[in-house]
Amino acid sequence: MSIVDASASQLLSAMASGKLSAVDVARAFLDQIETHDGKIGAFLHVDHDGALKQAALVDEKRRTVQPLGKLAGLPMAIKDVVCTRGMPTTCGSRILQRFLPPYDAEVVRRFREADAVILGKTNMDEFAMGSSTENSAFKITRNPWDTSRTPGGSSGGSAAAVAAGMALLAVGSDTGGSIRQPAAFCGIVGMKPTYGRVSRYGLVAFASSLDQLGPMASDVAGVAALLEVMAGHDARDSTSVDRPVPEYGRTLEQPLSGLRIGLASEHFAAGLDPEVASAVRAAADVYRSLGAQVIDVTLPHSKYGVAAYYLIAPSEAASNLARYDGVHYGHRAEKFDGLIDMYAASRGEGFGPEVKRRIMLGNYALSAGYYDAYYLKALKVRRLIRNDLDRAFETCDVLLSPVAPTPAFKVGELVDDPLAMYLSDIYTLSANLAGLPGISLPGGFSSGGLPIGIQLLGPPFAEENLLRAARMFERETSWHTKRPRLGVAP
Amino acid sequence: MTARLTRDDVAKVALLGRLKLSADELERMTSQLGRVLEYVDILNEVDTEPVQPLAHPIELANVFRDDIERECLPREEALANAPKTDGRFFVVPAILDGN
Repeated sequence: MSIVDASASQLLSAMASGKLSAVDVARAFLDQIETHDGKIGAFLHVDHDGALKQAALVDEKRRTVQPLGKLAGLPMAIKDVVCTRGMPTTCGSRILQRFLPPYDAEVVRRFREADAVILGKTNMDEFAMGSSTENSAFKITRNPWDTSRTPGGSSGGSAAAVAAGMALLAVGSDTGGSIRQPAAFCGIVGMKPTYGRVSRYGLVAFASSLDQLGPMASDVAGVAALLEVMAGHDARDSTSVDRPVPEYGRTLEQPLSGLRIGLASEHFAAGLDPEVASAVRAAADVYRSLGAQVIDVTLPHSKYGVAAYYLIAPSEAASNLARYDGVHYGHRAEKFDGLIDMYAASRGEGFGPEVKRRIMLGNYALSAGYYDAYYLKALKVRRLIRNDLDRAFETCDVLLSPVAPTPAFKVGELVDDPLAMYLSDIYTLSANLAGLPGISLPGGFSSGGLPIGIQLLGPPFAEENLLRAARMFERETSWHTKRPRLGVAP
Repeated sequence: MTARLTRDDVAKVALLGRLKLSADELERMTSQLGRVLEYVDILNEVDTEPVQPLAHPIELANVFRDDIERECLPREEALANAPKTDGRFFVVPAILDGN
């Protein structure tokens, strides 16, 4: 097996035994980026020299028998919404084109402490608003399985990088499905942890009651290893929850006995691709064959999720993005007439169409006369959605569902139809509204050869069980071992 | 829930949101936002009379820390990303009308 197709544990043991050096591993991934990223477009910034330097440092530490972190020598990619000191952090936006963060996000500090090798920053929908990575101001990212299709979004660069062997591990952010849906489209594993599980210090805010950072990898063990490093309390994020972090990797291979899997009829709604539906039902059969009980549950308010979400998320975004004023950092227009016009012109030039739509929608929903009818109404429906999920988890341990209604759609297919794009988030966003953990993992392929993801949701802080349940399925199937055939770069 | 969204409504919100939109953008935004607002009317089907709004998934009480002096971002770094500074401050256009 080549270096870029190996798993985290294979690479860790090859480096521990001296068969490979961290520099060998970093070089292999940098070469893969060099060869293929021209066509895929997963990275916005590759830190070639920094990655090799860090890898050499890991080798030096190993040679001199110094203690090594849990991710020592593992090459990873970071979504460009996470602040990296001195390394560009653009959020896929023109408004932050020249922004160099003066500090590291808490997760980045943890990666450095764990001796990971940071390869660079990945492409995304501008400010994480989108489901296709077509909303980046700089370039689109293509799906490694079929370059006429999107990798999903908004963490499409991170998902495509892992799928194409250009990063072993990656970090994404998930506000309505932005880790899980691209993971599904690209045939990898991605997890949105419980709200508060991972510090968001240094994550550029989109919708603060929904945003969460999470791990992406080609298998469940990789995701577990990364989460173990990312998760934990941080006093610098007041929404970070102070609760012990289990060693996710240690229990991963232990199947859950008496597992109860919930299936909700609302998760098989109109518009669900029949091949996706049968992948989910086939996954239920796999669990049955392992002795799990499959239970019908009902989530009567789930059909209102998209409407509630697309009022709440834009409202929070409108408020969060007010900080881009052309004063402290970011783009300032050349021509303007007075202070107010400087703000408006700078923002008009700096933001792309989707970000503008969300700022407008949010400001409208929050404006006098509409606040009760839109924003407050959405928050009440949000509670009903959470109550449905709480009730479901009284009778089951995990909910099994689709991730997205279809496999990866074509580049350009939905980009001019915002509402259709929003509706594609239907199965993922309730986890954000309720603050629950969810994992997307490979569950099959369409007749056209595109990956299909399945999703497991759990109650708050059930990450350990979710990972073990995901691993039970993964062990019985071989979907996660499939790799896209990458063409030769032009 | 509400009357149809007009171009004037959109222009007013653009001003509140400090977003300069071209005539084309204003036109497109009016129809696109109109469709989204029509869609979200589906929420009116739900009786939310007795329901408390849920603004945040973990309903935390205030989180406090000790009020102690700590190092802060050096001035040079704080100004490094600014579009315009004089080396000491952020520079903005005149806020008060000179006339």
